[in-house]
Amino acid sequence: MSRLSSILGGDRSSMLEAIGAESVEDLFSPIPEPVRMRRPLDLPPAASELELRRLFESMASGNSGSGLTCFLGAGAYDHFIPSAVNHILLRSEFYTAYTPYQAEVSQGTLQSIYEYQTLIARLMGMECANASMYDGASAAAEAALMAMRVTRRSRVLVAGSLNPRYIEVMRTYLSHGGFEMNEVPFGADGLVDLEAASKLCDGGVAGLVVQQPGFFGLVEKLPPLAGLVHSAGGLLVVVADPVAAAVLRSPGEAGADIAVGEGQSMGIPLSYGGPYAGFMACHREHVRNLPGRIIGRTVDRAGQTGFVLTLQTREQHIRREKATSNICTNEALMALASTVYLTLAGEEGFREVALRCFANSHYLEEKLLAVPGVKRMFEGPFFREFLLEYPVPAVALRDRLAEKGFLGGLPVPGLREGAMLSTATEKRTREEMDAFAAAVASACGEVR
Amino acid sequence: MVSIPENLRYTQTHEWVRREADGSMTMGISDFAQSQMGEIVMVDCSGMGRDVKKGEPIGALEAVKTAEDFYAPVDGKVVAVNKDLETDPGLVNSDCYGSGWLARITPSDPSQYDGLLTPEQYRKLAGE
Repeated sequence: MSRLSSILGGDRSSMLEAIGAESVEDLFSPIPEPVRMRRPLDLPPAASELELRRLFESMASGNSGSGLTCFLGAGAYDHFIPSAVNHILLRSEFYTAYTPYQAEVSQGTLQSIYEYQTLIARLMGMECANASMYDGASAAAEAALMAMRVTRRSRVLVAGSLNPRYIEVMRTYLSHGGFEMNEVPFGADGLVDLEAASKLCDGGVAGLVVQQPGFFGLVEKLPPLAGLVHSAGGLLVVVADPVAAAVLRSPGEAGADIAVGEGQSMGIPLSYGGPYAGFMACHREHVRNLPGRIIGRTVDRAGQTGFVLTLQTREQHIRREKATSNICTNEALMALASTVYLTLAGEEGFREVALRCFANSHYLEEKLLAVPGVKRMFEGPFFREFLLEYPVPAVALRDRLAEKGFLGGLPVPGLREGAMLSTATEKRTREEMDAFAAAVASACGEVR
Repeated sequence: MVSIPENLRYTQTHEWVRREADGSMTMGISDFAQSQMGEIVMVDCSGMGRDVKKGEPIGALEAVKTAEDFYAPVDGKVVAVNKDLETDPGLVNSDCYGSGWLARITPSDPSQYDGLLTPEQYRKLAGE
């Protein structure tokens, strides 16, 4: 029987004979009759490859976002991805590899993850990083749980300027097990309200989770927050934009104990629902409480460098219910994309991407502010994302802009009816930004 | 053949306990337990300073392929932990009844000591 062909009638009977069963039905006999389904699954008939391709192409062409020029960010960004990233990802050694439990046959995968961890740790200003989490939101929730394990406390503070989707995911994670989560409001300047934080920050607080830059794009002042939470014996968790980390003070240097975030900006294409990858880094003193998979570098008996899964005793298959997390896998392929991307860009190249995002976003903001009736929601310095108030309802504006060929941004109607969050990555040209500003100007007139 | 000293008491979870002259109780894990776990690579004594009930975890031992909590043998307060294990966790393997001790507890009810397993009872538990 060849490895990839489906089984034929003769194969089936010889397999049944080998295990001493009369029929396939025999194999299901332990399942009680009342719980068995006695009809075929309600599925469309099998399709040929050509038919499937037609089906998916017609579904894909219905994606209204494709083809629009993207000024939408809010956690996922339209960055350039060099072709080399996909070429390496699609190598079968990486693309089809199963989890690298057997180090002897998994050195390539293990080394790539080790390098990923090294890149993330350096970017975050930490000594340790894990092999990645599901996405930024799950990484933020895992960081909150980690802070509670380290401090043996069950209450965590969450900045109100954290991505609201992340807050939702954290609430889901923390809704069982006797945990408590309090939201620290943001002030009139859009930044975490230090005074409100200090009122909530007592000896029962495991940590404070704050996003850098905040959801509205503003650069937070981390050291005072670190000082506040540390004096209460808690940990500072920073949810970092990795692109911003290339030019801002790293979370580790700014006082964070745990740094997490969404890795999509580093070589992973925009995709509704993912797959994305979360990253997670911490200081060495907390490494045994770091959840998820960790790859370590070691030497074999002959003194040669090798890579292995390490600190596995924290994980679910050994520690059972006392494991650090129920996640003991990683987003290996997406982490590899980030590794290849960062390696290709290099330190200078990645910083250049960050500076171009900064420059483009600031150029665009200036252009948009020149549109009559458009004003800033907050005045503080931002990195790449900015929240403006338009003279028309933001939802209607967004829809009008889509008709003109632009993904204009994320309306934040909870704040103000006209509030919309936008960004311009390094991919946006001056012509695109000028055209977008002109489209906003005319759309404001049309919607009104 | 594992060593089960006659002057100690034992628990179902393979800790040993020694009553000290000042009334405190020193504890560690038995020779049987350390031989089952293999090379100990990390000892976490995070229970230092805490009031504990008998059977509550005080810390954890991590070996290459397994990790196990160790538990308070009596009610009381954890007044000392073995700092040497931070740098040399292998002492638990090489000298589990001596320099590889884990923690010292001031018991709130010293009579609980009498309820612990005798060497003879523990020998049966350890299958010796």
